[in-house]
Amino acid sequence: MTLPDTGLEAQRTPSTPARSGRRPAWHPATVASVAPETPNARRIVLDVPTWPGNDPGQHLDVRLTAEDGYQASRSYSIASSGDGTSVLLAVDRVEGGEVSPFLVDAVEVGDALEVHGPLGGWFVWHPGATDRPVQLIAGGSGIVPLAAIAGAHADAGDAAPFRLLYAVRTPEDVFFRPELARAEAAGIEVTHVYSRTAPAGSTVPAGRLTKESLAAAVFPPDAGALVYVCGSTPFVEQVLRWLGELGHDTTDVRAERFGGS
Amino acid sequence: MSTLDGNALAGPLTEVLGPDPTLAVLRCTGCGSLGVLAVTRVYATAMGAVARCRDCDTVLVTLVDTPDRRWVGLPGARAVAAPPA
Repeated sequence: MTLPDTGLEAQRTPSTPARSGRRPAWHPATVASVAPETPNARRIVLDVPTWPGNDPGQHLDVRLTAEDGYQASRSYSIASSGDGTSVLLAVDRVEGGEVSPFLVDAVEVGDALEVHGPLGGWFVWHPGATDRPVQLIAGGSGIVPLAAIAGAHADAGDAAPFRLLYAVRTPEDVFFRPELARAEAAGIEVTHVYSRTAPAGSTVPAGRLTKESLAAAVFPPDAGALVYVCGSTPFVEQVLRWLGELGHDTTDVRAERFGGS
Repeated sequence: MSTLDGNALAGPLTEVLGPDPTLAVLRCTGCGSLGVLAVTRVYATAMGAVARCRDCDTVLVTLVDTPDRRWVGLPGARAVAAPPA
């Protein structure tokens, strides 16, 4: 609970991002293409003819229905944005999960799914919405919505200074290489922190993200950056704790946590 | 059980709290603090989910899916402001 208490429950808050007005609904979707993204993750493009488009950072719920009527749904961030009806996902396989192994290993081009979205107006970014620098911090597959934000920033020629810190296990676990290279070419400063294996020839040994490596990679506290953090719940909690200890104002950090599914 | 945040309830709560529940503002009955649903701490299980206040752990929202309908409770929310239209 982070809003300043004005005593007026219904007061509009200045930090609330503008909403696009796209209302969420259930949409039939068809798998248009699949490709390995990493050894453990798959890139999936869905064709959703009735999709109203989505803002950078939004997610959708995927619903699977078994032949006996059993249904399971899970949330996945969207790596694409804009008005198109083609929706890009990248799904990491969660061992023992109910939905992700199906999406990573079994789903094929032409398969039908149901999706509910676009969802979430909190964890979004709009070009020109703020003059503040923007700091993106991703842990593992938490890169997905941040790739959408970075891509939208690059496409818009947006002037806000952008940095991306991407914590990932090994070089082969990196998602969205071409997209991130394009974002880097558009001026986004990208820092990778490899926890298990560093790239060949790297001068920085592999090691988990620390408070020091976080401090070295992100905008300093006095830059007043708008911070987006996405990753597993333990990753996000740790990053928020460190940001606070480093003197960042964490009251308006946008965070999105995910668990195993 | 997964520990998440209020972003995870965007889909399930659209029927009750409007097109973007993550921007709905809740006042906690436990401590009086005010915040958007997106920042609450969410515990999700196969049966449903609860959203708790990050400041005092009061249960703000409960969500249970039964075969024929979805039950939503707001036991710890003294007031709810819909997101700006």
